[in-house]
Amino acid sequence: MTGKWRFLLIVLLLGVAVAAPLGQKNYIIYVLTSWLVFAIAAMGLNLTLGYAGQISLAQASFMAIGAYITALLTLAGWHWMVAMPLALVACFVIGLLLGYPALRVKGHFLAFVTLAFNTLVFLVLRNEEWLTGGSYGLAGMPRPGFGLFSTMKQLPFYYFTLAITVIAALAMWGIVRSPWGRAFKALRENPIRAESLGVDTRRITLLAFAIGSAYGGLAGALVTSLVQFIEPASFGVGHSLRILLMVVVGGAGSFFGPFLGSGVVILLPEVLRFTEGYYLIIYSVLVIVMLVYAPEGLVGIGARLRAKIWSRPQARADLSQGAGLK
Amino acid sequence: MSQFLQVLLSGLATGSIYALAAIGFALVWQAAHTVNFAQGEFVMVPAFFVLIGMGFFGMPFWLALGFGLVVSMLVLGYAFKKMIVEPILPHGGITLIIATMALAILLKETVKEFYSAEAQPFPALFSNTPMNFFGAAVSMQDILNLLVSLGVVVLLTLFLNRTRTGRCMQAAAQNPAVAEILGVDVKRMVLYTFLINAALAALASFLITPVYLAKFSNGETIGLIAFIAAIVGGFNQIRGALVGGLLVGVLDNLTATYVTAQYRAALPLVLLIVIILVRPQGIMGTSEGRSV
Repeated sequence: MTGKWRFLLIVLLLGVAVAAPLGQKNYIIYVLTSWLVFAIAAMGLNLTLGYAGQISLAQASFMAIGAYITALLTLAGWHWMVAMPLALVACFVIGLLLGYPALRVKGHFLAFVTLAFNTLVFLVLRNEEWLTGGSYGLAGMPRPGFGLFSTMKQLPFYYFTLAITVIAALAMWGIVRSPWGRAFKALRENPIRAESLGVDTRRITLLAFAIGSAYGGLAGALVTSLVQFIEPASFGVGHSLRILLMVVVGGAGSFFGPFLGSGVVILLPEVLRFTEGYYLIIYSVLVIVMLVYAPEGLVGIGARLRAKIWSRPQARADLSQGAGLK
Repeated sequence: MSQFLQVLLSGLATGSIYALAAIGFALVWQAAHTVNFAQGEFVMVPAFFVLIGMGFFGMPFWLALGFGLVVSMLVLGYAFKKMIVEPILPHGGITLIIATMALAILLKETVKEFYSAEAQPFPALFSNTPMNFFGAAVSMQDILNLLVSLGVVVLLTLFLNRTRTGRCMQAAAQNPAVAEILGVDVKRMVLYTFLINAALAALASFLITPVYLAKFSNGETIGLIAFIAAIVGGFNQIRGALVGGLLVGVLDNLTATYVTAQYRAALPLVLLIVIILVRPQGIMGTSEGRSV
């Protein structure tokens, strides 16, 4: 896609995002808002999984950390805009501390460590009642207000979340296109070559994981205000898997993948509501079938279709580059 | 002292069952270089095959056990390899790992929706009569569970090291290309590995379900503990998985009795971080060398 078309597409998508909740019932607006929130969490995990090639199974626990920190601070009377950055910093630091031992060794150790970490966070949230309210959770967190613009109603809160999502997406765009981001990509394509080109692979992977965790924290801070009630069970290992599937279904390593994936994962249960309990069965079968036939996700299917319909003769890369070599 | 001995022995008994599942991790890792995140569900499901055999087909318990074993090997061994591992493996290890996660959800939800969401009683293989063992009251069940799983591990090790098929399987795991040149049917060896994994998981299921009851969510806990056991012991070694399983079982029981019951599930994390920091290849594992 050329730059102009991509720009037009983004403007179009933003227009749809602005118009979508108008005239809808509160429940639909709630579903749309949670789509945005999970898209942020998935965007963070996409950096870890899609760009740095490491599986993290703790994104829900970073959401939990972000959610509980924001909840405790806002309940203590702090403004959301002050509490949220603190939650982000906490998630970033915890991500560094957790990733350091796990990424010292090769292979899938990050998956193991994060899986155990998610269990640990769940246990702490449930057992430390004096701080977290145990399994009863915390309730009644205020939504942020900005003078005349209060987000207490569902529709203003949707636009508030949309604004945060756009800022988060722009930041991610910057990260992916920065020298760091290029190092992430080099790492994914060929770790050994990246290392030989002077990329400190371990540090870059650790950084990707920590930034991804901070995005999880941001999603958690938004969940606090969206639901205004948090409890340990909504941040279990199962939810980490759900976020992981969002990334994979959308297309790991693609910028728009997480938005698409979280849309499918959040909206599919609404569409498949008539199947009642069978939703997860149908869903997991769809994921396996997709992994067999289209491992690069929905974005990948789109790209393949596009290549089939508008296939252009391709010049050999070295030929088109030839004139530039002096 | 007698309480300590009691805790130690029952820890060894549960640990030996974890070891059976942990060995499965090691086997699948060797055969396909992937982590089977559905391993816990592989231990949960066979008990339900047995219950179906008894309840639906009216089989006596021992026949139903055989039925459960065969169906497990067909579904969790053969079908798993043919329908999931083979088509997805070329797309890369991470893709396959995610597929096994989806498989875990599929197995769990299928059991929940089509059998029952309630915990089902499961007949015990061995009687639960307590025995006096140097002053410690240990149940017959624990002792026999320990003996059976240790016996199976010994048999498996003998099979892998002493028989021609076993050696071919090891060769196929270590270097498929060279093994193929030397005339080993690598595909068949990989299939054997998956069948053995399914059989071990079924055995672990039959031994552990009388204690835990048959429940669709059993896989989560068993899978995580077996997983940690495999890493602690060494992912590329069968005896490592055995040592890891026993160690995690004993430590888990000791923590629950003497330190804290609330945080017993956190013990694996601590153990995992310590092992990764001190000896990443696991206690018994051999270093595989870093690719990066």
